[in-house]
Amino acid sequence: MPAGGALLLTGANGSGKSSLLRLLATLLMPEAGSIVWGGTSVSDDLARYRASLHYAGHLDAIKPALGVRDTLAFWAGMRGFPASGVDTALVAFALDAIADWPCRWLSAGQRRRLALARLIASPAPLWLLDEPTASLDADGERRLIAAIEAHRAGGGRVAIATHQPLNLADAQVLVLDAFAALPIDLLAAEE
Amino acid sequence: MTQYLHLFRRELQLAFRQGGEIGLALGFFVLAVVLFPLGVGPEAEILRRIGAGIIWVAALLAAVLSLDRLFATDYADGGLDLLALSAMPLEGAVIAKCAAHWATTGLPLVLMSPFLGLLVGLDGVSIALLALGLLLGTPALSLLGAIAAALTLGARRPGVLSSLIVLPLYLPILIFGAGAVEAGIASGGARPHLLLLGALSLGALPLAPIAAAAALRQALD
Repeated sequence: MPAGGALLLTGANGSGKSSLLRLLATLLMPEAGSIVWGGTSVSDDLARYRASLHYAGHLDAIKPALGVRDTLAFWAGMRGFPASGVDTALVAFALDAIADWPCRWLSAGQRRRLALARLIASPAPLWLLDEPTASLDADGERRLIAAIEAHRAGGGRVAIATHQPLNLADAQVLVLDAFAALPIDLLAAEE
Repeated sequence: MTQYLHLFRRELQLAFRQGGEIGLALGFFVLAVVLFPLGVGPEAEILRRIGAGIIWVAALLAAVLSLDRLFATDYADGGLDLLALSAMPLEGAVIAKCAAHWATTGLPLVLMSPFLGLLVGLDGVSIALLALGLLLGTPALSLLGAIAAALTLGARRPGVLSSLIVLPLYLPILIFGAGAVEAGIASGGARPHLLLLGALSLGALPLAPIAAAAALRQALD
């Protein structure tokens, strides 16, 4: 994927989109082959690779008892960044008016916005997003696209698993087919 | 180190804002000890003899009761994924979580123990030995408990399963903890028991996070 590139992963339910993203995030390790980033296998320096990526999965990692701002500051801190990017992130996803709310007050769409605001609160050159538009309204989707395009304009890369058509310029599309990807001997064994 | 403090602080915030879980463990601890005199009768000599053991058993069970809050919510809400990808190794996350677990469960048990010691008729020296033993031994309860909590992530009945895994591991702590008070009463030789309790906690400090982190990685896979 070139600098500023976008990869859309599409395919039927169960085709392996989320699994591929988790592989790219190194939350799963490949049985065979390797993932190469910047010319070297990610397993050579896992910590450095992990520091260069943001992963936003199906689950939002939000604690109901914590505040919106505290949540962003916490996850930025856990990536080794100060909380200085939090205000920008809150504005980017229109969460600034509810920044001091406890997360238990948030709707599903607001929780999704908060999960995505993490992408802005601390920088990372690679974004891995799993169904990022789930629960988002039209304004939320527009803000997400704007954030992705700004990220790409700065040389960032993004891989997105999605069922929704996303209006991203020059995005590569990879259609996954789980059965085509299964090893032939495994298929034979199943039969 | 910064990430460690971040996580430790957040765990404390969560524990205090969802104070029910701390109260649950403490309430169980107090109730369990209070029920024993009702069961075995008010005979002061019997209570004095078995009092330290009762308090230690109640402390172990209270610690087990609170284990599921170590990793279960992070596993369920996806936070564990992000912790695994953070700038801190998972072993560090386990230590931070165990430290917060100890501060919100083990330490209150230690602070509560002198009052319960009085309730079961322990004398001043025995109460001091009991509290010191709990202070030295409860860190091991959190650290060993983390292994069980991590191993049972995703299990259908994690609470029961982690109890079955962790209670045998707690046996040496119980033996040396109750033994310290008994030895103090009998001969004044509680020091070896207390040193062994401290050794168990110190031994668990580097080893338990490695085992728990390995189990967490398995749960994420």
